[in-house]
Amino acid sequence: MYKVVRRDEIVPNIHLIEIEVPGIAEKAKPGQFVIIMPDETGERVPFSMSDWNIEKGTITIFFLEVGISTAKMARIKSGGTIYSIAGPLGKPTSIDNYGTVVCGGGCYGIGAIYPIARAMKEAGNKVISIIEARSAYLLYMEESLKEASDQFFVSTADGSKGTKGRVQEVFAKLIDSGEKIDRSYFVGCTFMMMNCSDITKQYNIKTMVALNPIMVDGTGMCGCCRVTVGGNTKFACVDGPEFDGHQVDWKEIFERKSVYLKDEAMAYQTYQQTECKVSKV
Amino acid sequence: MEKKKEKNSRQPMPEQLPELRARNFDEVPYGYSPETAVKEAKRCLKCKKPGCITGCPVQVKIPEFLSLIAKGDFAAAARKVKETNALPAVSGRVCPQELQCESKCIVGKKGEPIAIGNLERFCADYERENNLVELPEKSASTGKKVAVIGSGPAGLTVAGDLIGLGHAVTIFEALHKTGGVLFYGIPEFRLPKAIVEAEVDFLEGMGVKIEVDSIIGNIRTVDELLSKDGFDAAFIGVGAGLPSFIRIPGMNLSGVYSANEYLTRSNLMRAYLFPEYDTPLIFGRDVAVFGAGNVAMDAARTAMRLGAERVRIVYRRSREEMPARAAEIHHAEEERIEFFLLTAPTRLFGDETGRLIGMECLKMELGEPDESGRRRPVPIEGSEFKLDCDLAVVAVGSGANPLLTKSTPGLDLNKWGYIVADPETGKTTKKAVWAGGDIVTGQATVISAMGAGRKAARSIHQYLTWGW
Ligand SMILES: Cc1cc2nc3c(=O)[nH]c(=O)nc-3n(C[C@H](O)[C@H](O)[C@H](O)COP(=O)(O)OP(=O)(O)OC[C@H]3O[C@@H](n4cnc5c(N)ncnc54)[C@H](O)[C@@H]3O)c2cc1C
Ligand SMILES: Cc1cc2nc3c(=O)[nH]c(=O)nc-3n(C[C@H](O)[C@H](O)[C@H](O)COP(=O)(O)OP(=O)(O)OC[C@H]3O[C@@H](n4cnc5c(N)ncnc54)[C@H](O)[C@@H]3O)c2cc1C
Ligand code: SF4
Ligand code: FES
Repeated sequence: MYKVVRRDEIVPNIHLIEIEVPGIAEKAKPGQFVIIMPDETGERVPFSMSDWNIEKGTITIFFLEVGISTAKMARIKSGGTIYSIAGPLGKPTSIDNYGTVVCGGGCYGIGAIYPIARAMKEAGNKVISIIEARSAYLLYMEESLKEASDQFFVSTADGSKGTKGRVQEVFAKLIDSGEKIDRSYFVGCTFMMMNCSDITKQYNIKTMVALNPIMVDGTGMCGCCRVTVGGNTKFACVDGPEFDGHQVDWKEIFERKSVYLKDEAMAYQTYQQTECKVSKV
Repeated sequence: MEKKKEKNSRQPMPEQLPELRARNFDEVPYGYSPETAVKEAKRCLKCKKPGCITGCPVQVKIPEFLSLIAKGDFAAAARKVKETNALPAVSGRVCPQELQCESKCIVGKKGEPIAIGNLERFCADYERENNLVELPEKSASTGKKVAVIGSGPAGLTVAGDLIGLGHAVTIFEALHKTGGVLFYGIPEFRLPKAIVEAEVDFLEGMGVKIEVDSIIGNIRTVDELLSKDGFDAAFIGVGAGLPSFIRIPGMNLSGVYSANEYLTRSNLMRAYLFPEYDTPLIFGRDVAVFGAGNVAMDAARTAMRLGAERVRIVYRRSREEMPARAAEIHHAEEERIEFFLLTAPTRLFGDETGRLIGMECLKMELGEPDESGRRRPVPIEGSEFKLDCDLAVVAVGSGANPLLTKSTPGLDLNKWGYIVADPETGKTTKKAVWAGGDIVTGQATVISAMGAGRKAARSIHQYLTWGW
């Protein structure tokens, strides 16, 4: 059992959870993730680390409530506990002075791109961060990201803040304005990472994406997380999660992610129904 | 004559009926009753030069424990076994006795050998179920600390031995549950998880500290354990946890699992109890399992229990080469698992959403012996045929997982990535570090992992006592 120091719904359906786990906090590096089991009957679910604090011995995650595991996590109160957390997992982002680096984030990736932006800036890069959301009220972490970046852009699908559209549109605008970009990083839902990779490919800009396939152990033991990159099978949990976005077989990722759709929907619904019953009593 | 034969024949193991058990996860054999156990034990001739002991990788004092069972002192029999075998309730269930002790039993030369495995299981179960397990006496504390990495049979044995010798022991386990393959790999119907948990509870009762969720290499390196965390020695028993796939098209279709994933979902994550447990699993109707070892049998029998209509073992060699325990092959056949021998998959087919729907196979025949001494299967040209399947499980072996070894400088590995360790002591090329079990030998057996653990524990104890 691990203590949840804080759990907040910071914008509708997106939660922040800060967990006390000093061993992981001490070792965490940008681009790495953890695997969480909310309770003893839960699944093992991967989440990117968005921040960590060695003195407090905590790590912070942002998550979207989409299914039973994240629903369970969304119901943990500050001061509560989670059953299991293992990490840090995956290869850290290779941080170097590349020149100008774009860091793009959407949904949970707004949080998850933050440590990458921060480290890139510390390494001497010019960091341009771009985030996206459906609407202004779904944006978070803006201040921290702004601080970690040389330039900071917002895009919203409904145009309520910043550029109307998505990360890839802001990116295209930057290029058109003559910005020379050496490398780009995208974290968020699979669609967003795929779309952004498509754009950067046109300009031949090296692009890394943090893939989020289904996982079990996170240690390379099961092969559940296999993805095809450049024609080779890779295990995202140990060979990634970051891969060259131009080499990824996106179709396969979508297919493999949708295997359990029916089961997931059923589990989520059953959970919500029992939750309702419990809360009525 | 008739009567004598009956008296001397091996006591059969009572089991759940195949039709019933093929659809439930309860353990298949019920175990001997005390009366049956005594009868069976009395068959032993108490040989002066017992063959059985030479066949046992950890030299259990077989005639001695059998004669204690014959006398009705079952707990004493269990203690006798435990002198050399830390987990008899486990090994009694999963050892390939037909290749080990029982293959060397004199009685077996003419008739059926003594059922040593069944009796080992019996006395260990008796001791545990009747709460007769005694905490052994612990030597005075030595003030030395040992880190055991991995909680499979190798790690559990090292921990048990060293805590008894007065050293402080902490087990670090990557997963959220202890037991290694005993927990995540071997299914409930063959090895009830309560038995593994009882063994771990016993170690905790002896004072072993257990840190789950601790992936060494990631959260802590071996060097940090030794130099910063005050451990005087480390034992690495991380198993052979790297799944092999087959190089044919379609391996990444949805519906194709490694055996590790399939069994981990079912056993460790309890997906067979979905939706009571949250982890989903594809419950195939038409299942193909590639391989014919214990792992393949476990996957095939799990699929049958999860409601499959047909389950096929697809294996490119012949029956003689199947590496599984004889009992498991027999059980699988009884449970209507079909064997497609001398058959190799050549490609898997998916539908437009990437879901597995079928496969193509090729018939093989046996040619010249290969480096393993087994006759090499060679394809018969033009023998391709197609099969429907909606779930395929790949159980063709496993390799060395590099997660720990690549973060541990100074540890020599062989060309396959396994740790080089002295077979007699488990000592590696790195100071204060020992290793044993599958991470040294490649996937082997539970008993050989325990044997390696015991040797390493002895060597670690010498090192901690006298230094080198
Ligand atoms: C390396 C890695 C890092 C990750 N980091 C994070 C993170 O920091 N925060 C986070 O919220 N998630 C993250 N994810 C994704 C997260 O693991 C999944 O969202 C998780 O499966 C949710 O579990 P669940 O049981 O709640 O939902 P499930 O029952 O597993 O899924 C329910 C439904 O939601 C869909 N779905 C899953 N993920 C998403 C998504 N991101 N956006 C839209 N739909 C989705 C599923 O396909 C399914 O249809 C990461 C995944 C990986 C592999
Ligand atoms: C499905 C299946 C069925 C089998 N059936 C039989 C059988 O019937 N009879 C038989 O004799 N043998 C059988 N075997 C083989 C037998 O289980 C193994 O040989 C034996 O378990 C090896 O023991 P071990 O202690 O070396 O490793 P394992 O049992 O593999 O345990 C290793 C442990 O280390 C942990 N670990 C890995 N990396 C790290 C890390 N970096 N940090 C911390 N912990 C880590 C793992 O999570 C695991 O818990 C079977 C194997 C499988 C997979
Ligand atoms: S070889 Fe057989 S008969 Fe002889 S001691 Fe061993 S079990 Fe008994
Ligand atoms: S999650 Fe099991 S190998 Fe990656």
